[in-house]
Amino acid sequence: MTVRETLPIDVRITDSSLRDGSHAKSHQFTVDEVSTVVESLDAVGVPVIEVSHGDGLGGSSFTYGFSGTNERELIAAAVSAARKAKIACLLLPGVGTMDDMRAAADLGASVMRVATHCTEADIASQHFSVARELGLETVGFLMMSHSIGGEELAKQARIMVDAGAECVYVTDSAGALILDGVTERISALVAEVGAQAQVGFHGHQNLSLGVANTVFAIRAGAKQVDGCTRAFGAGAGNTPTEALVAVLDRLGIRTGVDVFGIMDAAEEVVRPIMEGESALDRLSLMMGYAGVYSSFLRHAYRAAERYGVSGAEILRLCGERKLVGGQEDQIIDIALELQGS
Amino acid sequence: MGEARRPIAAVVGSGNIGTDLVFKLLRSKELELRYLIGIDETSDGLARGRGLGLEVSAEGAEWLLTRAEMPEIVFEATSAYVHERNAPLYAEAGIHAVDLTPAALGPYVVPPVNLDAHLAMMNVNMVTCGGQATIPIVAAVSRVTPVDYAEIVATVASRSAGPGTRANIDEFTRTTAAAVAKVGGARTSKAIIVLNPADPPLIMRDTVFCAIGREIDEDAVTASIEAMVASVAEYVPGYRLLNAPQFDEGRVAVFLEVEGNGDYLPRYAGNLDIMTSAAARVGDQIARHLVGAAR
Repeated sequence: MTVRETLPIDVRITDSSLRDGSHAKSHQFTVDEVSTVVESLDAVGVPVIEVSHGDGLGGSSFTYGFSGTNERELIAAAVSAARKAKIACLLLPGVGTMDDMRAAADLGASVMRVATHCTEADIASQHFSVARELGLETVGFLMMSHSIGGEELAKQARIMVDAGAECVYVTDSAGALILDGVTERISALVAEVGAQAQVGFHGHQNLSLGVANTVFAIRAGAKQVDGCTRAFGAGAGNTPTEALVAVLDRLGIRTGVDVFGIMDAAEEVVRPIMEGESALDRLSLMMGYAGVYSSFLRHAYRAAERYGVSGAEILRLCGERKLVGGQEDQIIDIALELQGS
Repeated sequence: MGEARRPIAAVVGSGNIGTDLVFKLLRSKELELRYLIGIDETSDGLARGRGLGLEVSAEGAEWLLTRAEMPEIVFEATSAYVHERNAPLYAEAGIHAVDLTPAALGPYVVPPVNLDAHLAMMNVNMVTCGGQATIPIVAAVSRVTPVDYAEIVATVASRSAGPGTRANIDEFTRTTAAAVAKVGGARTSKAIIVLNPADPPLIMRDTVFCAIGREIDEDAVTASIEAMVASVAEYVPGYRLLNAPQFDEGRVAVFLEVEGNGDYLPRYAGNLDIMTSAAARVGDQIARHLVGAAR
């Protein structure tokens, strides 16, 4: 497949501040905020900008948190604010449906990222084929990629590519991968699907390795990578886009994003709409260490406060019980158990 | 009572669900399971059925209709596609169909909620596993206080989700959400399914959230939920509340676990067990209705 940019780039950055950042803002983005961020990221050359509820299209719920503004309004605002950038949406089969996907396509989103837990790729087959029929560019997300090895992960990537994914991401949802662990997985995916599809990497800061892991991923052959400006994302935040752009520039890896422009956007546009800095604190570090889905963080804080138990203990149990993305409902149950014990 | 006539029943589909259903129906005091239909003469399911004393065939629903003693009740555990083809045959022959596929040609039935209203229907549908596990709870809340919105999350062991579910996961979310509203009595609804590959496999978990008013009688809601859990546990012994219902800012949250009976399927597959247990329950009631109607 060919890189669709007009400028020569070596790796394509997708900024997920307006999707992964939704977690850190309890899904309360406004139309104005989305428009402003998209305008600014677009202006500095970010080629793809993801906009959705944090848990993907249709994620607005008791379980994950209700959106303050309907995500369809946010997507429409993003599409109209973007001049060159493509607008991407995330979909988790089991949470959102193909109806949500069609609605997003109608609104002008052009990249559909379909995410499953890393062992469950086959639940997304229909979604990839429908996305392709809709003329959308497709990306597969293998979430919680730290939990299985490269060989097994590559088989799941194969399922996604056969179903119609044009790129498959090693998605480090728990921010638990460490350097060589990234290389091993990206290399395995490139070997398995590299002839038909690109390979991507999505990192979190829970072990403070977002940028470093992404560099390892690119060196192993990743052609698409994710960042969130000012690390605005779940857990300790995501790979900070502006730092990644700066590092890649120094390494001579072309992203098409303006280094100083993205620094300004991070400082002057994105930071002001954040509730606080994405912090590598005790709980988010625990997530990286115990291998817990990053978006559980806010839910763990709330449950800890509501039931008077330890948030770190909640997250440790989430890891021990091998909860996967989407099981936020179990956090209350775990808190109740801790309260009763 | 021991002398009462027992209507003859057949299971069509000899996969995991059909085979587990066979074990449950063989314990029935209301109906007599006689036939098992598969598609492969050499399959494990048919061999097992034969060993249990059933008359088996790989020749499809048509074979059933040529029996000297035709079944009065058929349990369809095949696929939506096959059931759509078979349903008219059953209807023409006057056979009651209990549909465990997503075809949903007949009304959704959840035994402790609306079975009595549909006993005379010739075709009833068993919704989904998540629906069987959660709709009773939504109904338990909505019979006490209006439910503006209900949301359910079903988490099942990856190994218990068959190829049919995997290939069409939107069907699960759509069907379950529709039945949560229609049968559960919620004004609007949402359903979420999560597959977890943990090993050893986790037992099915379900969480139900209902948006209710802030000025409600919490004790009455809790009592209604507890009574409903007891009703479901009559036919799914491993159906239980994990914690007391949690009331928070206009919503109640209910946490459930569904452990299977371990008949043919492993105990963690409560999602499959609750489907076969509910279908067996429906079969018993239809049989009783048929016998009663004939008297």
